[in-house]
Amino acid sequence: MAPPCPAFFWTEQQCAGGPGSPLISGIPLEKLAELLQYLFSGLTNGAIYALIGIGFSIIFNATAIINFAQGEFVMLGALVAIALHSLGLSLPLAFGLAVSAVTLIGLVFERLAIRSAREATAISLIIITVGGGVLIKGLAMLIWGKDAYTLPPFSGQEPLVFAGATILPQSLWIMALTILLVVGLEAFLHFTILGKAMRAASFNPVAARLVGIRVSQMVQFSFALSAALGAAAGVLIAPITLGVYDMGTMLGLKGFCAAVIGGLGSIFGVVLGGLLLGVAEALASGLISSGYRDAVAFLILLLVLFFRPQGLIGRRPSRSS
Amino acid sequence: MVRYQRWLQAGAFYFLVAITGSLLPGTYYVTLLNLIGLHIIIVLGLNLLMGYAGQISLGHAAFFGLGAYTSAILTTTYKVDPVLGLLAGLLLSGLVAVVVGIPALKLKGYYLAMATLGFGIIVAIAFQQMDWLTGGPSGFMGIPPFRLLGWSFKTPTTGFFFVWTVVGLILFLSLNIVDSRIGRALRAIHDSETAALAMGVDAQRLKLLIFVVSALYASLAGSLLAHTTNFIAPSSFGFMFSIKLVTMVVVGGMASIWGSLLGAAVLTILPELLAVFHDLEVVIFGLILMVVMIFLPRGLVRGLLDLWEFRQRKQQGR
Repeated sequence: MAPPCPAFFWTEQQCAGGPGSPLISGIPLEKLAELLQYLFSGLTNGAIYALIGIGFSIIFNATAIINFAQGEFVMLGALVAIALHSLGLSLPLAFGLAVSAVTLIGLVFERLAIRSAREATAISLIIITVGGGVLIKGLAMLIWGKDAYTLPPFSGQEPLVFAGATILPQSLWIMALTILLVVGLEAFLHFTILGKAMRAASFNPVAARLVGIRVSQMVQFSFALSAALGAAAGVLIAPITLGVYDMGTMLGLKGFCAAVIGGLGSIFGVVLGGLLLGVAEALASGLISSGYRDAVAFLILLLVLFFRPQGLIGRRPSRSS
Repeated sequence: MVRYQRWLQAGAFYFLVAITGSLLPGTYYVTLLNLIGLHIIIVLGLNLLMGYAGQISLGHAAFFGLGAYTSAILTTTYKVDPVLGLLAGLLLSGLVAVVVGIPALKLKGYYLAMATLGFGIIVAIAFQQMDWLTGGPSGFMGIPPFRLLGWSFKTPTTGFFFVWTVVGLILFLSLNIVDSRIGRALRAIHDSETAALAMGVDAQRLKLLIFVVSALYASLAGSLLAHTTNFIAPSSFGFMFSIKLVTMVVVGGMASIWGSLLGAAVLTILPELLAVFHDLEVVIFGLILMVVMIFLPRGLVRGLLDLWEFRQRKQQGR
């Protein structure tokens, strides 16, 4: 007989019992623990996708540009933080400095690549940002080479056991900081003058200019903000996935999927899209095949675009491009 | 008059091909020229879609790959005749283009770009994962050369004549499409879909038609790639290649058939020239993409012409 399990917390050994393990509504507990495990890893990745996706959404709303270099900001955040940490800086300091440095790079990128191409068509802007991404990735390869670097987790390596599933402390950090960043961002956009000006400029640039908002500054600010969010995502995920020069491309595309799935117009939509995407991926790779993990994101993207192009909770885009 | 001009162009084109083919210095240049030819075929189709119908696709590498893998698998694993393999590739790509195109072409602008991007990545992942069929990430080897009516295009030079004969056929087919009733209807859609609809143009059907035509071009190029290089790998058909194709169209100039030739040639040769810089290659490639797009958004030919005219006018003004 397997020992009875405590109501909420029990250890893996206690409940990983084979055929004799107790049942909850017909599902073996070990199966439930397995599903919970997928949920944890899905939510962890989903939070990262959400942060990256919000970056896409902020720039898209301000400029109607899809910034394909967004994933490279994530990579830069991770690698710069790792480099600073290896120089002996403390983790929080390395985190802060890496985010600031990438924010600066985002500003430079906007000034050099986007502002000079104001008149360009959507297709040209796609190619410009892809070119920018290739450039940043190439520079990172020159600086850091093709090796993968580690960053120690923010607190402890030891996985916590929860209901038979394990969760890394870093995952909790990721989820907590994502919630903090999202709430902070919403508060910033709704309750500060600068945030309100940004929203006004994205709703109607001409009207915003008429009431004295410098729209070009808001555009520049949106690039800084989304570079910062991307960099933060990179530093957060680095202890789990390692930092490599080419980590950004796939992460960027996934974040972009999250943004489209949730609806580019709404931040909470993007968060929902990111979490859904992360969990769907984790379930698919656990229950079907890990090889098709990356395909899941794009399959969901296609389904959303074909049946609900404004995203799950997004409104119709106010500006067609 | 136009017809007479077309024959003249065709004569000049094939004369150039014959001269180049008989003067070719070495295998390296033949292989490079063959690759340029294949890229030209895809870019011609993509330019019909982007430049004339005004619809973007960030997933055309998928059709290139579908053609290549269908030909490779059928002729190598199942010993089917290359001509049949090529036709099977066209059939498959055409069907996929219809299935994807019907829902995707209802989307506009960025949303169409996203949908085609997603489609392209899914197909690229399938090439990698279906290793029992495609050989997986390490690629598919030992594809036989193309055979047609007892001819076998074994050496790179015979491959050159074969590829560039097809390039010529596709080039003049494209020129004819542009000058036809369909071409005029496409330009109408590009300028204003509403106005075109009012004139009785079935925009949705025409967009789908051109999407399928461009997919068929890409699939044809893929089949030829499989038979001329004898080796294909999934990395050739990913997201970056789709982007490169779009870049070729834009650098050559949207809605410019002859520009497509230049765009494909420049962007195929460029990485070869940059290879001497080793790790710097990627950096310079990215930089060139950005600089060309920022300063010559209308493409290389039009952009340089504009610059020249600007200087002329400036000098006259003095």
